[in-house]
Amino acid sequence: MQTTTNYADRIPNNVNLSQDRALARALERWQPAFLDWWREMGPEAASGFDVYLRTAVSVEPQGWAQFGYVKMPDYRWGIFLAPVAGAATINFGEHKGEPVWQDVPGEHRANLRRIVVTQGDTEPASVEQQRHLGLTCPSLYDLRNLYQVNVEEGRHLWAMVYLLHRYFGRDGREEAEALLTRRSGDADNPRILGAFNERTPDWLSLFMFTYFTDRDGKFQLAALAESGFEPLARTTKFMLTEEAHHMFVGESGVARAIQRTCEVMNELGSDDPAKVRAAGAVDLPTIQRYLNFHYSVTIDLFGADQSSNAATFYTAGLKGRFDEMKRDDDHRLHDRSYPVLAAADGRLADHDVPMLNALNEVLRDDFICDSVAGVGRWNRVVEKAGLPFRLTVPHKAFHRKIGSLAQLRVSPDGRVLSESEWDANVDNWLPSDGDRAFVASLMGRVVEPGRFAGWIAPPAIGINRQPANFEYVRFG
Amino acid sequence: MTAAASADYALQHLIDPEVCIRCNTCESTCPIGAVTHDARNYVVDFTKCNACNACIPPCPTGAIDHWQTVRKSAAYTLDEQFGWDSLPAPIEVQVADAAGIPEEVRRLTEAATAGQAGSAVAPWSAATPCINLYAPSRPAIARVTGNYRLTADDASADIRHIVLDFGSTAFPVLEGQSIGIVPPGRDGSGKPHYVRLYSVASPRDGERPGYNNVALTVKRVRSDHEGRAVAGVASNYLCDLGIGDEVRVVGPYGSVYLMPDHPGSSLMMICTGTGSAPMRAMTERRRRRRAASEGGELLLFFGARVERELPYFGPLMKLPGEFIDINFAFSRVRDRPKTYVQDRIRERGDTVARLLADDDCYIYVCGVKGMETGVIDAFRDVCRGRGLDWDAMQPALLAKGRLHIETY
Repeated sequence: MQTTTNYADRIPNNVNLSQDRALARALERWQPAFLDWWREMGPEAASGFDVYLRTAVSVEPQGWAQFGYVKMPDYRWGIFLAPVAGAATINFGEHKGEPVWQDVPGEHRANLRRIVVTQGDTEPASVEQQRHLGLTCPSLYDLRNLYQVNVEEGRHLWAMVYLLHRYFGRDGREEAEALLTRRSGDADNPRILGAFNERTPDWLSLFMFTYFTDRDGKFQLAALAESGFEPLARTTKFMLTEEAHHMFVGESGVARAIQRTCEVMNELGSDDPAKVRAAGAVDLPTIQRYLNFHYSVTIDLFGADQSSNAATFYTAGLKGRFDEMKRDDDHRLHDRSYPVLAAADGRLADHDVPMLNALNEVLRDDFICDSVAGVGRWNRVVEKAGLPFRLTVPHKAFHRKIGSLAQLRVSPDGRVLSESEWDANVDNWLPSDGDRAFVASLMGRVVEPGRFAGWIAPPAIGINRQPANFEYVRFG
Repeated sequence: MTAAASADYALQHLIDPEVCIRCNTCESTCPIGAVTHDARNYVVDFTKCNACNACIPPCPTGAIDHWQTVRKSAAYTLDEQFGWDSLPAPIEVQVADAAGIPEEVRRLTEAATAGQAGSAVAPWSAATPCINLYAPSRPAIARVTGNYRLTADDASADIRHIVLDFGSTAFPVLEGQSIGIVPPGRDGSGKPHYVRLYSVASPRDGERPGYNNVALTVKRVRSDHEGRAVAGVASNYLCDLGIGDEVRVVGPYGSVYLMPDHPGSSLMMICTGTGSAPMRAMTERRRRRRAASEGGELLLFFGARVERELPYFGPLMKLPGEFIDINFAFSRVRDRPKTYVQDRIRERGDTVARLLADDDCYIYVCGVKGMETGVIDAFRDVCRGRGLDWDAMQPALLAKGRLHIETY
């Protein structure tokens, strides 16, 4: 194992790594452990492949999307902070108007560390969740996209570890090590957040995950990009650009599955799920059930609907709202209230609560808005095929495990149910074992350039404008 | 702003709403705030976008990289774009007024293609060309951004590589198309000068990829066909241009002499002198797409008097053999027998015959008038020796868009 590293070359960065010897030493110790983790928990059986990947080598527009064939363990995981823009003052909370912090204020150290660790933990978790999917890829194009998502999640882990090492001393280094020892789905040492311990067993799940769960990432990162702790704000701002690619994989992946299903339905002249399945496509009701599952699991990630932690984070200037500066209010929120949906006496009702305590709910609602728009674009694919089916997002209270709504059983259209009504219908609303087994049965591996599995349509446009039959992955 | 005043058409930057995932990356990247959005779409403001392309690499989907030719007076507004579910069809300038092509351009084209003995069609997979967007009465204004000599300093021929940039004016060209240059001033009888046609030497995405520019290969004309001393009006005008000078350009012209775009298609290119311009354009197009591994062969026969007079000799020599099979023919090398492209064609008879019989191979000839007969005779000989009949083959080649001859 190499003990000295030429950082400028091996780790593209704009944080002056070669001059910061303490940081370099810390990362030198961490990097071998990271590579061990990648070999053990990264994409399965892929280390010899040449993959057509995008690598960021600088934060300039031209530097950040360098395309070329890379063997994944040799991927250059860089550390980038978005360029500073505008006046460097805190935009919200009690410190509004004060200069941003270049270092961690002592009184916020524990909370900031917790924020960074929670965000950082999701990055390796999703790589672990997706590690077997390469064996069942529907095309080389999709395989490449999976690996791109994986290496960028790896880079996001690096970004968070950089912050831990650079700003949090020994605690930070210990947390950075722990990020490599927790395991998604492990009963004894699981990842921090629930959705990141769920399995991603098939490609439809992957596309739903990257559409919904990576979109949670977008909103969390966007809220952190407002942080008064400038290194965190600039780091997360740069990560957002990559997160967009992950959502693209999800949105276009689901859209292509829907498109193929619609083609099959039109060829058959039937919407009978059994016939559609027999023809090798995923019937639209099953796609709806997958959507229901991933949507509901993801909105739990925003946390309890009333949270004093969220209020603390905001008031302290650690974590803002999505698009904080585009909001027309005082950015302190003491006098504001916000309607929160809650269960009371077995019913659902909006209650006005102090907005500061409802900031998780505010972010969740922003996420819901954004998600619904994309589902509308999926429906346009169905509409274009001349079919009447429409996908919907389920009610906010459907299948919740966190917050006050977790006490209730609620149908996708928002009716409060008895336990027996829920049990009688749950297989209509969430993927059953049978659904998952059927989807799994479609997951044959297709790796011939230009060919796609029968359940998914080819993309409208290649990566970096490459043609449909481009050899995105070369097997060693 | 001469360019703005002269041009009716512009390239408008658009985002494909069917591919876009509304991730906001373009809006946050744009340094001048030209990208905006509503609840439905992300759109580019035509009045602000300066085509700096900063938004192109970060876009995760490719939706950002769309450019349509529009009439400047009718560019799509923000409100129109907000309403889209998909990109509109390109406006009708695409195959504009073939009928309105100036008589002199039509005459020049007919004379140049006389040698192919019949009218050809474009390859089936050729991209759709734009034609005649700019007439002599309202030319596009380009600016010179490069002008350097291709031939050695001691060579008798002065052949130049000239780069013209169209700025914000749309001037879409395909490899094999020509553009017309209108020299300023008037001729001896007080009339405006005729349009002179030059085949573009750069591929469709620009001399520099992603730039709105074209390259020309221009030989300074010092004598006429009979060898009498004559200073060519347009060629001397072009060769003497300095960086930043404005040039009036008309066209583009040509809807047939185009390259195939389908994977696996091969090109056989035969040229002399400045006839190399379309071959350079096509070769460069293929070179830029090599990573796509689309297959197909490139076979080039290139004639000149001596090596020093062969335009693009240096860059050609740098291309790898597995990409392009190059065959030079020099007719004036001291103590060496005179060799012409037709001699090389005969030497490579097996390869030539194989490609002539291959429906995916397209043949392009460009250069001085005198080469036509020699090349056709060589084809005939190559065929005869291998059980093929050139004279029976030629009409089929024309009908399939596989044979293209332009000589002058």
